[in-house]
Amino acid sequence: MTMHPILAALRKHKAGVVLISLQIALTLAIVCNAVFIIGQRIERVNRPTGLDENNLFLISQQWVGAPGGDDPAGVEKLDVMQREDLAALRNLPDVASVAPSNSIPLLNSSWTGSVSIKPGQQLGDKSGTRTAYYFTDDQVFPALGLRLVAGRAFTAADVQHQGARDQRDRPVIIVTKALADKLFPQGSAVGKVIYSDGSSSPSTIIGVVERMQIPASGSWGNDFTWYSTLVPTRLDSNFARYVVRAKPGRLDAAMRAVPATLYGVNPMRVLDDDSVKSFADIRASAYRADVGMAILMGVVCLILLCVTAAGIVGLTSFWVGQRHRQIGVRRALGARKIDILHYFQIENLLIAGVGVVLGVLLAVGLNIWLMTHYEMTRIPALYVLTGVLAMLAIGQAAVFVPARRASNVPPVVATRAV
Amino acid sequence: MFIYYLDLALRSLRRNKALTALMVLAIALGIGASMTTLTVLHVLSGDPLPGKSAQLYYPQVDPQDIKGMSPSKEPPDQVTLIDGLNLLHAVRADHQALMAGGSVPLQPEQSSLDPFYVDARYTTADFFVMFDAPFLYGRGWTEADGDAKARQVVIAKALNDKLFAGENSVGRTLRMAGTSFRIVGVLDSWQPNPHFYDLNTGSYAYSEQVFVPLQTMLDLHLSRSGSNDCWGNGGGGTDNILPSDECVWLQFWVQLDSPAKAVAYKEFLTHYSQDQKTLGRFQRAPNVRLRNVMQWLDYQMVVPDDVRLQNGLAFGFLLVCLVNTVGLMLAKFMRRAAELGVRRALGASRRALFAQLLIESGVVGLVGGCGGLLLAMFGLWLVRQRPSDYAALAHLDLSMLFITFVLAVCATLLAGLLPAWRACQIAPALQLKSN
Repeated sequence: MTMHPILAALRKHKAGVVLISLQIALTLAIVCNAVFIIGQRIERVNRPTGLDENNLFLISQQWVGAPGGDDPAGVEKLDVMQREDLAALRNLPDVASVAPSNSIPLLNSSWTGSVSIKPGQQLGDKSGTRTAYYFTDDQVFPALGLRLVAGRAFTAADVQHQGARDQRDRPVIIVTKALADKLFPQGSAVGKVIYSDGSSSPSTIIGVVERMQIPASGSWGNDFTWYSTLVPTRLDSNFARYVVRAKPGRLDAAMRAVPATLYGVNPMRVLDDDSVKSFADIRASAYRADVGMAILMGVVCLILLCVTAAGIVGLTSFWVGQRHRQIGVRRALGARKIDILHYFQIENLLIAGVGVVLGVLLAVGLNIWLMTHYEMTRIPALYVLTGVLAMLAIGQAAVFVPARRASNVPPVVATRAV
Repeated sequence: MFIYYLDLALRSLRRNKALTALMVLAIALGIGASMTTLTVLHVLSGDPLPGKSAQLYYPQVDPQDIKGMSPSKEPPDQVTLIDGLNLLHAVRADHQALMAGGSVPLQPEQSSLDPFYVDARYTTADFFVMFDAPFLYGRGWTEADGDAKARQVVIAKALNDKLFAGENSVGRTLRMAGTSFRIVGVLDSWQPNPHFYDLNTGSYAYSEQVFVPLQTMLDLHLSRSGSNDCWGNGGGGTDNILPSDECVWLQFWVQLDSPAKAVAYKEFLTHYSQDQKTLGRFQRAPNVRLRNVMQWLDYQMVVPDDVRLQNGLAFGFLLVCLVNTVGLMLAKFMRRAAELGVRRALGASRRALFAQLLIESGVVGLVGGCGGLLLAMFGLWLVRQRPSDYAALAHLDLSMLFITFVLAVCATLLAGLLPAWRACQIAPALQLKSN
C-alpha cells in the first residue's frame, strides 16, 4: 500500500492529528521521566546496607537521674552502667551478640566528621573526605554481620571508652572499602595512618569492611553514602544505643525480652515504644517517602497511559464513523478487510511516530529542566527507547478495536446514502 | 436561549455516552490529581503566623574559621551559644529569643503512667510574646526568672490534658529529667505550620509539649536534639552533651516592627561581626543575613522537593487530559457538521453556534469539576493516610474548592474554544448538499 492516500486523508484532519500527536508526545515525555524517577527510587531503596539485616534490632534508651558525664567519675559510672546493660543483653537466651553503637545505617542520626591522610586537616581539604563515625566495640562484627575484606577486626584490647563529649585519640580504626579506596587509591589501606576530625594524632587502619552505609538515608548524605568509619570506643552519656543480633528466627522473642531485662538491671530509665526497633522497621521508615513517591508516580503514569489510549480509541472511532462511506467504496472496489485494518494501523503508526519523535525531544528537555531544579541525573537512552516502543505499542493496541470495526464495514454501504 | 442551549448540550452529550464519559473522566482525573497536589503545596507553603511573620526576622552571622571560606557563601543556619547570648543581651530588637530543641524524660506523679519522653523547646522569655503563643492559663516566665535558671516550665494543652485532665495546672509540679519544675503557664492549642522557628525538628505538624528556660537547660544539661555544625576543633554534641563553642546549634529570632528597624538591625549585625573580628573571635569578614519568616522558609526550601515534583507531574497530567479532551471534542463537533449546517441555514449566527458549543464543553467541565472534586477529596484522604509529617495537614479549604471549579470550567472552556471555532467555520450550503 502506498502512503499517499493516508497522508492525503490526514491532511484533512490536521487539527485532530496534531492534537493526538501532541498528546502522545506529552505522555511519552512525562512517563519517561516519571519511570526514570521511580527507577532511581527503587534503586535507592534496594541498595544493601552491608549489614546482615535479618534478626537484627536496635535498642535506644536513656537513664534517668544518671551522672552528667562531664567529669571523669561520672563517665566511669556511666560506663559501668553501659557494661551492665551489655552483659545482661548478652546473657539473654535468644540473643547471639550485642554491641554498643551510637547509630546504625539508615537511622538518620549520625556523628558526621572528616578523615584525612594529613594531620590537622579540615573538611574541604583535598586530602580528606567526609565520613560517618560508628563508635562501638569488638562485638560489632558479629552483631551487625559486617564482612571484613582486609586486615583484622577489633579485639577486646582495642576497646576504649570516653565521655561522649571528650576528645580522645583513636589509635585504631576500621574503614569501609569505599573510604579506603578513596583515601588510598593505589594499594592497601591496612596499616596506613589517617587523621580523624582534624586531629593531629594518628589513627591506624587495622581493617577494611566490604560495605557499610552511613546512617543518613537522605540526599544530603549522597556524596559519602559508603564512607563509614568504625571506632572501638564506647561513648558514655546518659543515653545509649545497643545493636542486637537475635539467634536465627528468634527476633521477636529477643525483642520482647529486652525491656524487662533492662529494667531488671536498672529501673531508672526510659524505654518507650520506639526504644526497641527491628532493623526492618528502621529501613521501612528511612525509605517510606521514596516508596510512597514511587507508588504515586507509578499510579499516575498508569492512568496517564490509559487516558491517552482511550483518547486514541475515541478519536479513531470518530474517524471510522466519518469515513464509513469511503470505507464502503474502497471495499466495493476490491480492498480486502485486512487492507482496511492495515490502513488504520499505518495511519496510527504515522501519527504516533510523529508523536514519539516530538516526545523524545520533550522528554530530554524535561529531563534537563528537572536536572537544573531537582536532584536528577541524565535520563539513560534505554528509558527513552523503551518509552518510545511502549508508546507505539499502546497506539497500535488502542487503534485495533476501531480499525477492526472499520474493516467490518460491508461494501454495500457504498451504494447507500449516509 | 441559555436554557435551550443547555438542553441541546445535554441531548448531544447523552447521544454519545461513552465519549462523554471519557471526556468527563479525563477532566475529573486531571483536575483531581492537580487539585490534590496543589492543595498539599498550598498547605505546605503557607504562612505560619499570618499578620506577624513580616516582623519576625532570623539574623545570621558567620563565626566560622577561615578554612573553606568563599565570599559567596551563606553564613551558618544557626548561631553559637556565645553569639546567641551576645545578641540576646544586646537587646537591639523589639523582642528577641534564643532557642534550641530537645526532648526530656518526664516522670508523671501518677503511678499509673510510665515515664515518657516529651519534645521540649528551650528558649528565653520573649518567645511567647514574639510568636503570639496563646496562653490558656498562667503566662510565660520572666527574663529575671530565666536568668535565675528558674525551674519553671510552660506546658502545651495536649500535655495538660494528659496529665491534669485539662484543669488549670499552674503552680503544680512537673518532674522532668530528675528535676522538679513548677508549671507557670499552659498554652492553648498552638502549632505554627511550617515549624518555622526551628526546621531541624521536621518542618510540619510538630509542636513541643514543654517549654523550659534556655538557661535552666544549660544548667541542668537537658538533652538536646537538632543539628549542630562545627568547625576547627569543635566537637559535635549529642543528646545531653552540649556542642562546643565552635559549633552553631541555636536559633535566634528577633521582632523588628518597622522596615527601618530591620535596616538598623542589619547594620548592628555587621558592626557586631566587625567587633568580634577585632576581638579575634571571628576570622571572617562580616557576613550577615536578616531574613523574615517567609524569606527564611523560602531560603530553607522548606517545601519538600517531592511535593513540588508531584505537583508538576499532576499538572502535566492535567495538560494531557486537556489535550485529550480538545481532540475528542473536535472530533465530536466536526461530526455534527450536518446538524450545525442546518442550524446555520435556518438563520443561526456563528456567534450563537459558538455559544451553544461552548456551553456544551462548559457542561463537560462542570461535571468533570465535580468528579475532580470528589477525586481530590479522595486523593487528600490518601495523602493523609501516608506517614509523612505533613500528612495530617492535607485538607481542602474553601479557596481551593473554589479554584477547583474555576480551573475545571476554564480548562474545558479553553479546550472547547478551538473545536467550537472550527465547527463554526463550516459553510452551511456544503453540509446541506452532502446530505
